[in-house]
Amino acid sequence: MDVLVCLKRVPLAGGTLILTPDSRDIETKHLGFGISPHEENAVEAGVQLVEQMGGTLTLLTLGPSDAEEQLRSQLAIGATRAVLLETDGQEWDPQGTAAALVDAINAEETKFDLIIFGAESADSAGYQIHIRVAHALNRPIITNVKSMKIENGVAICDRVVATGREHYEVALPAIVTVRDGLNIPRYPSVPGRMQARKKPVDMKKAEARVPKLEKVNLALAPSKSKGAEVLGKGVEAVPALVEILKKIGTF
Amino acid sequence: MILVLVDHDRGELDPLSLRALTAARKLGHDIEAVVVGKEASSLAAIVGEYGAKVLHVASHTSVTDYTPMATGRALKDLVEKLKPAAVLAAGSPRGNEQLAHLAAFLDLPMAAECSEITLGSPHHVLRARWAGNLIESANVHSELLIASVLAFSTEPESANGSAATVSEFEPALMPQDYAVKVLSRDAGESKGGVTLIDAKVIVSGGRGVGGPEGFGQIEELASLLGGTVGCSRVVTSSGWRPHAEQVGQTGTKVAPDLYIAAGISGAMQHIAGMKNSKTIVVINTDPEAPILGYADYAIIGDLHQVLPALTSAIRQAKG
Repeated sequence: MDVLVCLKRVPLAGGTLILTPDSRDIETKHLGFGISPHEENAVEAGVQLVEQMGGTLTLLTLGPSDAEEQLRSQLAIGATRAVLLETDGQEWDPQGTAAALVDAINAEETKFDLIIFGAESADSAGYQIHIRVAHALNRPIITNVKSMKIENGVAICDRVVATGREHYEVALPAIVTVRDGLNIPRYPSVPGRMQARKKPVDMKKAEARVPKLEKVNLALAPSKSKGAEVLGKGVEAVPALVEILKKIGTF
Repeated sequence: MILVLVDHDRGELDPLSLRALTAARKLGHDIEAVVVGKEASSLAAIVGEYGAKVLHVASHTSVTDYTPMATGRALKDLVEKLKPAAVLAAGSPRGNEQLAHLAAFLDLPMAAECSEITLGSPHHVLRARWAGNLIESANVHSELLIASVLAFSTEPESANGSAATVSEFEPALMPQDYAVKVLSRDAGESKGGVTLIDAKVIVSGGRGVGGPEGFGQIEELASLLGGTVGCSRVVTSSGWRPHAEQVGQTGTKVAPDLYIAAGISGAMQHIAGMKNSKTIVVINTDPEAPILGYADYAIIGDLHQVLPALTSAIRQAKG
């Protein structure tokens, strides 16, 4: 079983975002970096599959050379090797990113049985790269997977929707995107971290295309904040709240 | 003409699609709608009311439930036949996914989560990023604009239109278009009743609830108000509540009439999922919790004392 997991280096912005002076990016001078939330579940799923069935787990990312930091920390979880498609540090549009990933996947000797993405990135809200990759590789794709097992070359997946659970089965090779809740991502062990330093990371230059979804600039979303009216402390404030709920017609 | 993908679950309309129709109408073109599945022909009245002149109904014997790649192919067929200026859909997980298949089939750009759209050459959009905390201004270089409408960015407004004319067609599907489809469904962890999307009242609990047993108080209040239970990500990650109840960027985005957040401090990801609620009430011990910045009313106090008192006071007031 050969698995590929695609990752994205993103700033770990806990609270308020600050923009760079040219308003084209988030100011990251004082921020750490990590990967998008669901991607930790993607790596964990890949590690578990290789533990159970043997094979390899490859990580792939497109980003600045600094993204090696994220690849190394995920190699420490148990991946075999990694490929970094190095950009000039600019953000690429979804079509350009997907095309570069597809080229890199096609250039690999390994024909991956399963390609896993996180369901969505923390930052760009594009909702399309995984689907473009699936079309280009002519592979089936199941998105937003919350439970998955592989049996006899078939990926058996459930996704959670508002009304319950949907059940899917699809023959490998396939692509899935996974969500938080799929598994509990493990922390890297100390030996894992030591080994990760020596694991191979292939650095490749990626050529940017002219973006068709062209970012002009970014702005902070206006806060709808009017500041809450504090009704009081503890149970003493309950009657005031009951009056408000009556007024707005809750009951 | 602008083509709007109207999403439905086995014939039941996705309310966000009415917002997408409303947003499409504001662009000053004729509107036509498209649904996948014969069972959705009955939506002709409502999509007509919201301004669509025609409802295209794509049906195929191999497509009986949500099949996103088949939708993408059906949209592609229609785009090639009708040459619309834009294809829009609701910025829901399903809306985005189905549009992305269209964009991939045509190898054209797609702008997701748009709060403003200006048709032109290039097209221009404002779209939400970083869980709605950033707004990107972007140009879309493509004759056809493919864009999803940010959930809750447009209030649904009826156009008082008459029922749309139904036009059925069979998309030229390839077997791979329906290789991935829903094989079965079950209620899963959800207990039936009011879903988060439909709820008028949501009572949500966070880390401050302290454990699964604390949700008894949340459930009681929710059921008293005819609402449903929600929760934050930490609650589902800790296994206290099922994932179907998670509100936020990584869960469900909601906009009920009343959202009561108990013991939720308000991470960016959670705020993104509930900030459009009409009235937001916070019960929290921490007067500095970020969620207060988005709330209308707050009680500073321990939810374990406030919730039972609130429940009994409401019960009394109801008589």
